[in-house]
Amino acid sequence: MNFPILSIITFLPFVAAVIMLMVPADRKTEVRGIALATASMELLLSGWLYFQYLTGHMTGYQFIETYKWLPALGISLKFGVDGMSTPLVLLTGIVMFTGVLISWGVYDEEHHISAGIQDRPREFFAFLFLLAGGVFGVFVSLDLFMLFFFYEIAVFPMYLLIAIWGWVKTREYAAMKLTLYLFIGSVVALVGALVMYWTQYQNTGVLSFDMIQMESAGFSAAFQYAWFLPVFFGFAVLGGIWPFHNWSPDGHVAAPTAVSMFHAGVLMKLGAFAALRVGIMLLPEGAKQWSWLVMAFAGVAVVYGAYIAFVQTDLKYMIGFSSVSHMGLVVLGVSTLNHDGLVGAGVQMFSHGVMTALFFAVTGMIYDRSHTRQIPELGGMMKALPFAGIGFIIGGLVSMGMPGFSGFVAEFPIFMGVWGRQWMLAVVASISIIITAAYIMIAIRRVFFGPMPEKLEGHISPITTLDKVAIFTLSSCMVIIGIFPAVMVPMVETGVKHILDLLGGA
Amino acid sequence: MTHEFVTNLVWLVPLPPLLAFALIVLFTNKNKALSHTVAISAAFLSWLGSMIIFWSAVTTEHFGKEPFALSIPWLPTGDTWLRVGVLIDPLSAAVLFFVAWTILMIFVYSVGYHNFGQPAGDHDHAGLPPHGATVTDEHGHKHTVLSIEPMYSRFFAFIGLFAFGMYTLVVSDNLLTLFVGWEIMGLCSYLLIGFWFAKPSARAAGVKAFMTTRIGDVFMLLGISFLYYATGTLTYREIFTEETLHVLATVPSGVFGLSAAGLIAILLFIGTIGKSAQFPLHVWLPDAMEGPTPVSAMIHAATMVSAGVYATIRMFPLLSAGWHEGGPLTAAMTVVAFIGAFTAIFAATIAVAQNDIKRVLAYSTISQLGFMIAAIGMGAYIAAVFHLITHAFFKALLFLGSGSVIHGMEHGVYHTGNHKVDPQDMFNMGGLRKKMPITFWTFLIGGFALSGFPLITAGFWSKDEILADAFVNGHLMIFITLAIAAFMTAFYTMRQITLTFLGEPRTKEAEHAQETPWTMTAPLVVLSFFAVTYGWVGIPEHFPLLGGLVPNWFHEFVGGTLAEHPPVLEFSWIPLLTSLVVALGGLGLGWFVYRDVKSQAEDKFQIPLLKNKYYFDEAYDFLIIQPLIWFSEVFVSKWMDKSVIDGILHLFGPATGGIGSTIRNYFDVPVVNRFFGDGSADATYWIGKNLRPIQTGRIQQYLILSMVVLFVVGGLVYFLLLA
Repeated sequence: MNFPILSIITFLPFVAAVIMLMVPADRKTEVRGIALATASMELLLSGWLYFQYLTGHMTGYQFIETYKWLPALGISLKFGVDGMSTPLVLLTGIVMFTGVLISWGVYDEEHHISAGIQDRPREFFAFLFLLAGGVFGVFVSLDLFMLFFFYEIAVFPMYLLIAIWGWVKTREYAAMKLTLYLFIGSVVALVGALVMYWTQYQNTGVLSFDMIQMESAGFSAAFQYAWFLPVFFGFAVLGGIWPFHNWSPDGHVAAPTAVSMFHAGVLMKLGAFAALRVGIMLLPEGAKQWSWLVMAFAGVAVVYGAYIAFVQTDLKYMIGFSSVSHMGLVVLGVSTLNHDGLVGAGVQMFSHGVMTALFFAVTGMIYDRSHTRQIPELGGMMKALPFAGIGFIIGGLVSMGMPGFSGFVAEFPIFMGVWGRQWMLAVVASISIIITAAYIMIAIRRVFFGPMPEKLEGHISPITTLDKVAIFTLSSCMVIIGIFPAVMVPMVETGVKHILDLLGGA
Repeated sequence: MTHEFVTNLVWLVPLPPLLAFALIVLFTNKNKALSHTVAISAAFLSWLGSMIIFWSAVTTEHFGKEPFALSIPWLPTGDTWLRVGVLIDPLSAAVLFFVAWTILMIFVYSVGYHNFGQPAGDHDHAGLPPHGATVTDEHGHKHTVLSIEPMYSRFFAFIGLFAFGMYTLVVSDNLLTLFVGWEIMGLCSYLLIGFWFAKPSARAAGVKAFMTTRIGDVFMLLGISFLYYATGTLTYREIFTEETLHVLATVPSGVFGLSAAGLIAILLFIGTIGKSAQFPLHVWLPDAMEGPTPVSAMIHAATMVSAGVYATIRMFPLLSAGWHEGGPLTAAMTVVAFIGAFTAIFAATIAVAQNDIKRVLAYSTISQLGFMIAAIGMGAYIAAVFHLITHAFFKALLFLGSGSVIHGMEHGVYHTGNHKVDPQDMFNMGGLRKKMPITFWTFLIGGFALSGFPLITAGFWSKDEILADAFVNGHLMIFITLAIAAFMTAFYTMRQITLTFLGEPRTKEAEHAQETPWTMTAPLVVLSFFAVTYGWVGIPEHFPLLGGLVPNWFHEFVGGTLAEHPPVLEFSWIPLLTSLVVALGGLGLGWFVYRDVKSQAEDKFQIPLLKNKYYFDEAYDFLIIQPLIWFSEVFVSKWMDKSVIDGILHLFGPATGGIGSTIRNYFDVPVVNRFFGDGSADATYWIGKNLRPIQTGRIQQYLILSMVVLFVVGGLVYFLLLA
C-alpha cells in the first residue's frame, strides 16, 4: 500500500472544516490561519501529485486506492487519477489556495475599508472547504456512485455560500436557480447511471459501480444511443452548456469572490469532466452517434456567450458570460472526439479555471473598494491597483488566446480539431475570438486605463500582500503553460489516448 | 564561423530584447538611464548576431539549398510534435538585415525623442505626454524646456518586447511561431499606440488597431488550421515540397471553386490584410498615428507592417501552387494582386489631402505596401522582397525624420508658449531647412527614395522593378494603376517636403524650431545611407549602361529561396521611361503647386471626400459596429437569453406552483387531509365515543362481555376455519 495521497487530498478539507467549526466564532484570525494552512497543504499535495505524474511519465490510472464501502451493492471507495484529472486536481488546489488568500481581506473600521470575508469567516471557510472536498472527490473518484456522492456534496454548499454571503440584491434568486438547475441535471444523469449499473449486471452478472469495469460492460449500441444524451447533458448543465447555462452567470454575480472563483474556476469543470468521464468514456458509441448535436450546442454556446458578454456593463456578468463561451470551447473540443480537440479541451479546462479565478479575484478586489462593478462607473484602476491591473490584463490575454499564454495552447488545438471534424463550425466559432478580444479590450480600457471617476478618488486602498500572492500564483500558471506547453500537454495526451482507445481509435 | 555555430546563434537572436523587457519590468524601471542601457545593449546584441548571420549567409555558396535550420518539439499534437524551429534562408537573411538595423536605430533614437537628460516636468504624470519643465538660467530668466517622458523605462520595456516579436517572426521556420511573433507584435502595437493612456484618442486608437488586425488574425488562424489539417505540418520546408504543393493545388476546397492551396493562401493573406493595413482593413494604421510617438508610429508603420508582407512572401509557394512563370495567375494570386494594386492607388489619393505630417506617411506606407502585395500577386517575388527592404529603410528614415521635425516644432511651441499650435500640422511649418539642416537633408533623401528619384535612390530601383515586372509579364491594368499611384506618391511627397522645409516659416513656432540632439540625428544619417545604397545591390543585369557594372547580387541571393530560381527579367524601355516620368513629374508638380502656398485655404487638394478618408470609419461604424451591438444587445442578450431561455425557466416556477396548488386544493386537502387524515381521527373519536357506555367499571358486566366475545369469536373460528 502506497501513501494514500488521494484520500488525504479528498478528506483533508472535511477534517479542516470540522476543526474550524470547533473554534470559537470570534477567533477569526485563527480560523483563517487554519484555512490557509489547510489550503497550502492541499496545494502542495496536489502539486506533488501533478509533479509525480508528469516526471514519472505515467499513463493510465495511477495512485489507485480501493476501500470497501457497501460491498453488497458493489459500491467501493475507489480513487485514482489519469492524465485528464491530474491537472484538474492541481487546479482545485490552486483555486482553493488563492480563494482563501483573497478571502482573508482587510478590515479597517476607521477608514471604512472592508475587503474579503469579514462576516462569519468560520462558517464561510467551513462550507467552502466542504465544497472543495466534494470537488476533489469527483476528480479522483473511479466509482460512479462515489462520483455522484461527491458531486452532490460539491453542489450543496454553493446554495448556502451564495444565499448567506452573496450580493444582497440577487443572492436568493441566484442560489435557488443554481441549485435547481444542478440538482435537476444531476438527477437526470443519476437515472442514466443507475440504468447503466443495472444493465451491466444483466450483461455480465457483476454488481459494481466501478467505472474502469464499466468501460467494458458491453453496453449495446442501441442502449448507448438512448442513454448518452441524458447522461451527457445532465452533467453538462454544470459545465454551462447552452441553453442550460443561465444559472451560471447569475450565480457568479451573486456569489462572494472566493465562491465565484470556485464556481467558474472549478465547479464548471466538474460538469464538463463528469460529462466526459461518464458520458463519453462509458458510452462511446452513443458519443459518436450524438457528437454532432453536442458540437452544435457547444458551437452556439461559444458565440452566444461572447455576444452577450460583449454588451454587459457589469464586470461580473461579463466574465460570467465569457465563461459560458469558454466552457463552450471545452465542450466543443470534447465533442470533436479527435485527438487535437480533446487535448485542447483538457488544457482549456485548466487554463480557463485559473483565468476566471484570476478575473473574479481582481473583480472582487475592485468591488470591495469601489462598491460598484459597473464598467462605466469604474476607471483609473491601473494607477490605483497596478498589480491587480497587470493580473487582469494577463487574464485578458489568456482569454483572447494570445500566444505565449495558456489560452493559446488550449484554443489552437481545439480549432485544429474542430476544423478536422467540421470546418464550417470552426469558422463560426472563430467569431468568438474577435468578440472576446473586443469586450476584454474595452473593459481593460475603461476600468484600468480610463479616467478615475471623482467619487472613487482616494477610496481605492491598496491590495494586501496575500492578494498579490494570489494574483501572482494564478498568472504564473498561465504564463508557464503558455511558454512551456510540455509541462501539461503530454500529460493530458495520455488521458486522451485512453479516451481514443475507448472510442475505437477514432 | 561554422555552419553549426551560426545555426545556434539564430536561436539567440530574439532573446536579448525579451531579456531586456523582463529586466526592465522587474528591476530597472526606477532607473531611467539603466533601463535604456539595458534595452540598447540588448538591441545591439541582437543586431550583432543578425549581422554575423547575414554575413555567413551571404558568404555561403548555394545558401538557398543549405539554410541554417534547427528545431525542437514544443506543442505535441497527435504523433508528431508541433516543432518550433529557426530557419535562415536567403529571404529571412535579407529581412533580418533590415530588421536588425531599423530596430537598433529606433532604440537609439528613442533616447533623444523621450528627452533623456532633460528635467522632469512640472505637472507631468504617467499616461500623458510630457508638458515641459520650467528652468531658471544663470540670469534668473525662466524658460520652458522639454521634459523627460514620465514612463521612460516602460517605453523601452515595450519596444524590447516588440523587438522580440519581430525577431521571432523572422527567424521562425514554421507558421506557428510566426503567428506567435505576429501576435506579440499586435499586442505591443496596442500597448504602444495606447502608451499615453490618459489620452482618450490614444486609448481608442489602440483598441481599434488591435481589433482590426485581430479580424485578420482570426482568418489567418483558420488558414493555419486548414493547412495543418490538410498537410499535418506547419513547417515551411515540409509544406513547400513539390508533392505537398501539388496535392494542395489539385484538391478542391469546396469554396468558390478554389483549390485547397488557394483557399489556405487567401485565408492567410487576410491576416496580412489586417497586419499590413491593406484595403479594406486599412483603417487602423492612420489612427495609430494618434498614438504618442513617431517612434511607436514608426515601429508599427515601417517595421511591423512589413511583417504582414513578409508572411505573404513566405507563403508565395502556396499562393502560386499550380502557377508557372509567365502563365495565367491563379485565382488566389489574382485576389492578392487586385487588393495590392487597389490599395496602392486608393491610399495614395488619401495621402494627398492629409495635413498631419505623420498621417501622410501612414497613408504612404499603406500605398507602398500595396505595391509589394501587388508584386507578390503577379509573381514578381524578387521585386516584392526588394521593395520591402528598400521601403523599410527609407520609410523608417521618413518616420524618424518626421519625429525629429515634430520634436523641433515642439521646441518652438515651448518657446512661444502658444500650445494651440499643432506641431504636427504641416501648414504650421515651412522653412525648416535652415533650422534643422540634418533633418532636412536626410528627409529629402528619404522623400526622394519614396518618390523613386531616378538612379540614385533605392526606391527607384525597387519600384522600377515592380513596374517592369508588371509590364513585361503583360499585367497592363496593374502596371497602369501602379504607375498612377507612383506619380501621386512623388506628388504628395514633394508636397510634404515643400510645406515642411521649403519657403519661409509660416508660424512663429516654426521660426523657433531647433535641430534635435545627436541621438536622433545619427540614426537618420545611418538610415539615409541605406536609403541610397541599398538600391545598388539590385540593379537589373540588362539595364542600359549601369546593368552589369555592379552584379545583381540581390536577385542572385534572394532568388535562391525558391525551389526554382526566377528568370532574369527582359529589359523594356516603356516601364523605365514611365518610372522616370512619374517620379520626376510628380516631384516637379508637387514643388510647383506648393512652392508658395501660404495657408491651408490655398490648398486645392483639401477635398472633403479624401480628407475624410472616403468615410470608411463612418461606414464601418454604421454597417458593422452598430449592427453588432444591436445584435448582441437586443437579439441575443435581451430577447434570446432574458426572454426566451429565462422566460421558459421562469414558467417552471409558476407552473410548478400551479401543479402544487392544484394538488393541494383538489387532492391533498379534500382527499388526503379531510378523508384520510382528519377522517381517521374523526373515526377513532366516533368509535371511542360510542364505545364509552360499556366502560361501566362493574366487573360482572366485563366478565359477561368477555364471555360473549369469547363464544362469538370461538364459534366463528370453529365454523369458518376448522369446519
